[in-house]
Amino acid sequence: MNRINKRFETLRQQGRKALIPYLVLGDPARDVTLPVMHAMVKSGADIIELGVPFSDPTAEGPVIQKAHERALLNGSSLRDALALVAQFRETDPDTPVLLMGYANPIERMGYETFIAAAVSAGVDGVLTVDLPPEEAEEFNQHLGKAGIENIFLLAPTSSNDRQKMVTGMAGGFIYYVSLKGVTGAGNLDVASVKQHVDHIRSLTDLPVCVGFGIKDGASARSVAELSDGAVVGSVLVNRMAGLAEAGESDPAAYASAVSELITEMRNALDN
Amino acid sequence: MNEKMNIDFSQVPDARGHFGPYGGRFVSETLIYALDELERIYRSLKDDPEFQAQFDYDLAHYVGRPSPLYFAERWTRETGGARLFLKREDLNHTGAHKINNTIGQALLAKHTGKRRVIAETGAGQHGVATATVAARLGLECHIFMGEEDVHRQSLNVYRMKLLGATVIPVTSGSKTLKDAMNEAMRDWVTNVDDTFYIIGTCAGPHPYPELVRNFQSVIGREARQQSLAQAGQLPDALVACVGGGSNAIGLFHPFLEDESVAMYGVEAGGFGLATGKHAAPLNDGIPGVLHGNRTYLMEDENGQIIETHSISAGLDYPGVGPEHAWLKDIGRVNYVTIDDDEAMDAFRRLTKVEGIMPALESSHAVAYAEKLARQMDPEQMIVVNLSGRGDKDILTVAEIDGITL
Ligand SMILES: Cc1ncc(COP(=O)(O)O)c(C=O)c1O
Repeated sequence: MNRINKRFETLRQQGRKALIPYLVLGDPARDVTLPVMHAMVKSGADIIELGVPFSDPTAEGPVIQKAHERALLNGSSLRDALALVAQFRETDPDTPVLLMGYANPIERMGYETFIAAAVSAGVDGVLTVDLPPEEAEEFNQHLGKAGIENIFLLAPTSSNDRQKMVTGMAGGFIYYVSLKGVTGAGNLDVASVKQHVDHIRSLTDLPVCVGFGIKDGASARSVAELSDGAVVGSVLVNRMAGLAEAGESDPAAYASAVSELITEMRNALDN
Repeated sequence: MNEKMNIDFSQVPDARGHFGPYGGRFVSETLIYALDELERIYRSLKDDPEFQAQFDYDLAHYVGRPSPLYFAERWTRETGGARLFLKREDLNHTGAHKINNTIGQALLAKHTGKRRVIAETGAGQHGVATATVAARLGLECHIFMGEEDVHRQSLNVYRMKLLGATVIPVTSGSKTLKDAMNEAMRDWVTNVDDTFYIIGTCAGPHPYPELVRNFQSVIGREARQQSLAQAGQLPDALVACVGGGSNAIGLFHPFLEDESVAMYGVEAGGFGLATGKHAAPLNDGIPGVLHGNRTYLMEDENGQIIETHSISAGLDYPGVGPEHAWLKDIGRVNYVTIDDDEAMDAFRRLTKVEGIMPALESSHAVAYAEKLARQMDPEQMIVVNLSGRGDKDILTVAEIDGITL
């Protein structure tokens, strides 16, 4: 069984919600990402969403855009993301890792080459922001054969028909985008999230997790109560950016700063 | 139906916006609904006589169409070879072909009831054309422009401001047109309920490439009739510059099934193809996905989009409309390059021999037409799309001449 599905089954049995932190590979430096991923797990992350840097991240707000730019400056690429997951797996065989990024680096590598490498590295899921179901048929088939889950987004603007189509094609979990906007936006509307998540749940047995606009333990808890988990990105990336700007070069400093935030959110979700 | 190619060009793109393997709709989920809505509105209005009549009226009375097809006699003589005709899009209101498209999209925006329009711009011509129609319709208008281009095209920035638009300098990435487009897409995702995105070229997610082509095809329809009326023949060749490709597809499309008409799309060769510093994805790029469509792109071995270079801001873009990608692959259109220096020379020559100052973008087409004409016979005929006038480029040219104005 895929690690993502296994993890949600465990969480369900324990009556707990998933905490899914996001970071960008190579942000701000190449040696920071691996220790931060391990620290995330230690402080309570259930699934790690590893952002693959792209030159034109159109779905990202300023905070994550800058993280992509920092990572590109040190040459971080999709190839490096795969190598990093393999390294992560050497000491963590259990925590699911999902690659989040844009279509072009994958297209450049080629679907089959990418998927073969992802399988051998131990990647569990892929979320490609600009590859909606209509354009993902071929990719989806390849992923399915390889046992990698294709995570799709649903948005407040998704029609009922689309919700049906997407839930029919998706694997792992449904990533519900809580708001109209880019990552890091501040207009989370919990009542609207509830209405949409309820509807998605009526269409599928897949877990539904909510991302965009989650800033702290309280907002993580408010969406997790209505769903199966919370995805957290910009706050973590922003904390790391603060250290980078202050010239911090010790990976352990990044790991402990991120741990602090994750611990707070984990506690908010569990208590 | 094109006999040799056996392609019915009016049936392309398919229902999902694919031109062969290119085009499509590669956007995040939030935007799908807005694109569906746009497509629905466009389909319902496309063949609506009232909508068409309004579009035609605006083109005639506001833009000043039809634009002349001008036989450039002296330029022809000086060049030597085929007769050179200029399709004078530079005479349109606001000085370029861009207005044909913004008039059409603004009419669509009106039908959606949205009160705010946004656009990306490189040279500023599309920004000016958008600000112009927004002023006319009383719409709020925000223009995204790479910081680099804000400096290169300060005249157009000021024009947009005078027209009541807010110009937002984009500082992310390479600070040029592609980044302006990224930022416009981010704004659209955020304000999707009340905002209409007026894309300036035949790129982006479906249905933009199709509808921009159709709005711009007025260029080719007129040129076809004018050629027959004035020269008693179809042109032997068409030449147009290609940034995103909207002026080129507008000229080419109505001729695609005329097999005798050869077509040349001219990309920006920048410092020369061999230097890698250019904006010629069809000549030196590879298919990939950017800005909502699959097309030829300038990118590195990791699939990161790379910085382009052209003397003309309007051609300085790493992608190209998906229909051009397809027309290249099927061999219907030839895509060639003209470098910065050649374009500058052509700019000066046309100005001196005809008293027509072309935009630096259009100067690429002018330069290639000269090369082509010399290889053709005097009874043959070339139509060059003079996509815009060069006034906006005066500061760039003066700088090259070492003159401060
Ligand atoms: C005068 C002129 N010609 C050509 C272009 C390039 O655009 P396209 O290739 O879409 O015609 C521009 C773009 O700004 C322009 O201003």
